[in-house]
Amino acid sequence: MSKKPVQFRLNGGDKAVFVDDGQNLLDVLRRGIGDFAPKYGCGQGTCGVCTVLIDGEPYLACLTLAETCEGREVQTASGLAPGPELHPLQKAFMEHFAAQCGFCTPGMLMAAKALLDRNPQPSREDVVEAIGGNICRCTGYEPIINAILAAASAAGRRPA
Amino acid sequence: MPVTVRTFASLGEAASTLGSEREARFLGGGTLLMRAINEGNPPFRTVVRTTDPRLKEIRTAGQRIVIGAGVTMAEILRIRELDFLHPVARTVGGPAVRSAATVGGNIFAEKPYGDLVVALLALDATVSVHGGYSAREVPLAEVLAQRGNGAPGVIEQVMIERPAQQGALRFRKVSRVRPKGVSVLSIAAHLPTSSGRIQGARIAYGAMAPTPIRAPAVERALEGRSLDREGIAQALAVAVDDCAPADDAIASAWYRREVLPVHLRRLLLGEAR
Amino acid sequence: MLEFRKEIFADERDDDLSEVGKPTQRQDILGHVTGRSRFFDDHAFEGLLHLKVLRSPHHHARIRRIDTAAAEGALGVKRVIRAADVPVNLNTLLSLLNFGKDDEPTLAHDKVRYKGEPVVAVVAESEAAAHEALAEVRVEYEPLPAVFDVEEALKPGAPVVNETYPANTFEYHGRYDHQKLRFGDVERAFAAADHVLEARYQMSPIEHAPTETNGCIAAPETNDRFVCHTSTQALFFSVDTAAKILNVPSNRLHFIGGTVGGGFGGKVDTVTEPLAILGAMLTGRPVRYVLDRVEEMQFGPPRGAERWIIKDGVMRDGRIVARKFTGYFDSGAYTRLSSYAVIKSVGHLPGPYTIPNVAADVYCVFTNRTPATAMRGFGVTGADFAIECQMDKLAHLIDMDPLEFRIRNAYRDGDMKAHRREAKNCALIECCQVAAEKAGWPLREEFRRMSSRQGGGGERARIEAAPRETARPEAEPPRYPSYEQPAPPSAPEPPRAAPVTRRFSSVFGTRRR
Repeated sequence: MSKKPVQFRLNGGDKAVFVDDGQNLLDVLRRGIGDFAPKYGCGQGTCGVCTVLIDGEPYLACLTLAETCEGREVQTASGLAPGPELHPLQKAFMEHFAAQCGFCTPGMLMAAKALLDRNPQPSREDVVEAIGGNICRCTGYEPIINAILAAASAAGRRPA
Repeated sequence: MPVTVRTFASLGEAASTLGSEREARFLGGGTLLMRAINEGNPPFRTVVRTTDPRLKEIRTAGQRIVIGAGVTMAEILRIRELDFLHPVARTVGGPAVRSAATVGGNIFAEKPYGDLVVALLALDATVSVHGGYSAREVPLAEVLAQRGNGAPGVIEQVMIERPAQQGALRFRKVSRVRPKGVSVLSIAAHLPTSSGRIQGARIAYGAMAPTPIRAPAVERALEGRSLDREGIAQALAVAVDDCAPADDAIASAWYRREVLPVHLRRLLLGEAR
Repeated sequence: MLEFRKEIFADERDDDLSEVGKPTQRQDILGHVTGRSRFFDDHAFEGLLHLKVLRSPHHHARIRRIDTAAAEGALGVKRVIRAADVPVNLNTLLSLLNFGKDDEPTLAHDKVRYKGEPVVAVVAESEAAAHEALAEVRVEYEPLPAVFDVEEALKPGAPVVNETYPANTFEYHGRYDHQKLRFGDVERAFAAADHVLEARYQMSPIEHAPTETNGCIAAPETNDRFVCHTSTQALFFSVDTAAKILNVPSNRLHFIGGTVGGGFGGKVDTVTEPLAILGAMLTGRPVRYVLDRVEEMQFGPPRGAERWIIKDGVMRDGRIVARKFTGYFDSGAYTRLSSYAVIKSVGHLPGPYTIPNVAADVYCVFTNRTPATAMRGFGVTGADFAIECQMDKLAHLIDMDPLEFRIRNAYRDGDMKAHRREAKNCALIECCQVAAEKAGWPLREEFRRMSSRQGGGGERARIEAAPRETARPEAEPPRYPSYEQPAPPSAPEPPRAAPVTRRFSSVFGTRRR
C-alpha cells in the first residue's frame, strides 16, 4: 500500500513522515514520530485527551486526517516548556494540584494554551468554555480551572 | 481493503468522483468520517476531499448571505456579519470540535448532532449542490428529507437571509451536560415581528424526528400573535404535533414530548433556562 | 479551601505530624504536566502488532461453529487465536486465594454468556487490518433465553447462566448460596416496634469511564521472558492471573505499570494481558491490545448493580430496633470479584448505626450481563445508598429531623456491631454535627452535645443470641432445563483443566494448585 509524504512543523522542529491513507494525526504523532504526549481516549471526538494546536487553534488529533497537516504548525504538550524551565501553565497545574492520573493533562494544557494565547485575561466562564471539550474523570475540574486562571493572572503580573 | 483518500483542487472534480464511486464519502472537517475510520470497517472505501476555495467563501449581498460549506463553526464565531449564528455555533462540541466541524458536514450529522442545521432550517436556508458538472440550488429541507438516500452531490454553499430583526433568531440546545454535550433536543425560532405581532414565524426542531424538521402547526398558531403567555398558548398546545421522536440512549420519546413544550415556551418568552 | 477540625478528638492525637495534613505534590505530577509520564501505550516497539477481539453479539447463545479460515488469510493478519490456543482457558480471579471455582474462559468455545464476550482474537499489522479480518470470521450461534434480573435469575426454571454455578448463585465454601448475618431476633423486634418500614432500592451498573481505556502491550524480552506494559491497577494480581492462564511460572513475566490513566477499580480484572502475551508468544513479536471506547463501555467491567430490600422496625422515640436486609449483587455472567464484594458488604451492615437486632441474606447472582468488578467503595457504596435513603424515609415516618435521627442511632465507641466486633474510633456523630454546622442546618442542643465517645458500651456491648433457624432442606440438585443437555459429541473440546504444576507466585511463593 502506498504512503503519502507529509511535511509539517512539530513543536518548532521540521518533520517529514510517510502516512497511510486515512491515518489520523494522533497515530502519526504517537506511533510515527514517538511523541506520546497526546493520548487516545475515544477516537470519536468526545474526550479531548488528544487535543493539540494546529496553527495556534485547538484540534482533536484523532479526528484530523494526518495529510491535512502539510505545511502547518503543530504543537503538543511535549513542546510546551520552552527550555528547562516549565511553561507558566505547567507550573500552575503543579501548584494547584490540577492533575491526578495525568491522562487528560496534555490535552487540558493545550486547550488552556489556545485560550491564553488569544485571551490572556479570561473570565472563569471563558476558562470553562475553553476546556469544555476535555473530560477529566479525577479532579472534578475545579483545580484545573483555578490553575488556568492563576497562570493567566501570573502572566498578567509579569513585566512586559 | 483500507480506505483511499483523494484530494482535488476543484470542487467539480471532487463531486464527479463522489458521484462515480459507489463507496465514497466527502470529507468536511472529519468529525464524522474520521470517527468511522477510527472505529474500524468504515462503510466506505474512498474519502474525497477538495481544497477548492469556493467552500470557504462567505459573501453578503444585502440581506442574503452565502456561506461556503467548508466554513467551520470556529470561523463562524470569528465573523461579525454572522453574529446571529454565534449562539448556535457555540453549542457545537467543544473548541477543538469547532475548529474542524463544517457547515456542510453539519447537514449530514445525524442526531444527537447537527445543531447548526436546525437554525439554518428556521432561516429558510437553501443549498447549492454540485453534482459534478454544475450546481443547482435546493431547499435545505429537501436535502434533509433525502438524506437517507445518500448525498445528492457535494454541498457547495448554504444561502440564508439575515434574520428580520436583531434577536429575531432564537436558539436553544437542550442537553444534559454543559457546556459541551449532545442534544436531547434543540429548537430554533425565527420570529420576525411587525407592530409587536409575529409575521412569518419559522420554527425548527432537532432530535424530534429522524432529521431536523420544521413545525408548521406551531408556525401557523403563532401567526399574528404577540410573544406573551396568552399569545403563545395555542402554539404550545400544538408544539409536538409534527414530531416523531425516537427512544435512544440520550432520552426516551416520551421524555422529549414532555419537555419540548416547556423549552419552547421558555424560548418564545425569552426566559432563562 | 481545605479546613481541618483538629479540635475534634484532639486528646487522642499528637499534632506533630510533618506530612499528614499538609499539601504534598504527587511524585509524578511533573511527568504529567510535561507529558513525560509513561502510560502503558507510551512505549515504542519495532514491529508492533495489534490484537482485536471478535465479541459475542448475543447475551446468551450456544456456539455451533467458528470458521476463521478467511480471517487467517486476510491482509496483514499474523495469527488468529482461538479457545484451543489458550493454555488454561478457565479461570476465576480469586483462585489466586483459593476462593471460588474456575468459571470464566479467556476465549469462548461452546457458549457465550454475555454480549461482548470474547470469542476469537486476531493479531495483525494494523488495527484497521485486524478489524477487517474480524469481519471475515464466521460464527454460528444458537441464541438461548437470557436473564437480566437478579430475582428472575433465582427463580426455578430460570436460564442457567454459568454451568459452574447451576443455581445462578455463587457457592460459598461449596455449600451456601448466600452470605448470612444474624444478630439478635429481628422478627420479635418487628412485632414490638411502633413502625415497620420496608423498601426496595436498585442501582444500575456503573461504568468507570476512565479517560484511558483498558489495555496493554506485551513483547518478547530477554531471557525468554515477556514484558507487559499494562494499565492494571493490580500489578501482582495481574501477573499471577496471566501466569495461570498461560501456564507459565510468573517469573517468566515482567509486568510494568503503575501509571494508570484512571482506574477507579475498573482495571483489576486483567482482561487484556493474557491474550496480548499469548499473541506475543505465538507471533514472536510485540502485541498491543487496547479496548476502544465502545469496548470499554460494553465489555469493560462495570460496578455491579445491587438490589437491596431493607425492612426496619423503629420506635416513636427514634430508636431503630431491628433491621433486615435482603441483598442481591448482580455479578454478571462470571464471578470476577463479586463473591468477595458480598462478604465485604455483609461486614458493613447495618451501616454505622447500633441496632440490637440485625439480619441479612445477601446473594451473589449470575445474569447474562457484562461481568461486574470493583469500583470505589466496593461492596459498600451501593448498600450505603440504600441505607441512607432508608434513614431519610424512617425519619420522615416518625417526624424526626433526619440528621438528629442519624445521631440518635449512630454507633458509639464500645458498642457491639452486628458481626460481633466492638466499635472503636467512631466518628459519625461528629461528622453529622460538622455537616449540620456547615450547611446551616439547625440541630437541637441535645444532639449538638452528643459524642461518639459517650453512651456506648454497657448494654449496647451485649451479643444478643440469635434464634436457631430450622435447618434448610438439602439443596436441590442442579436444574437442567431441556436446552442445557450435555453437548453432542461433535461439539468442540471442553475447557482444559488446570494441570497440577508447581508455580511460583509472586505474591504467595511456591504453591501447588
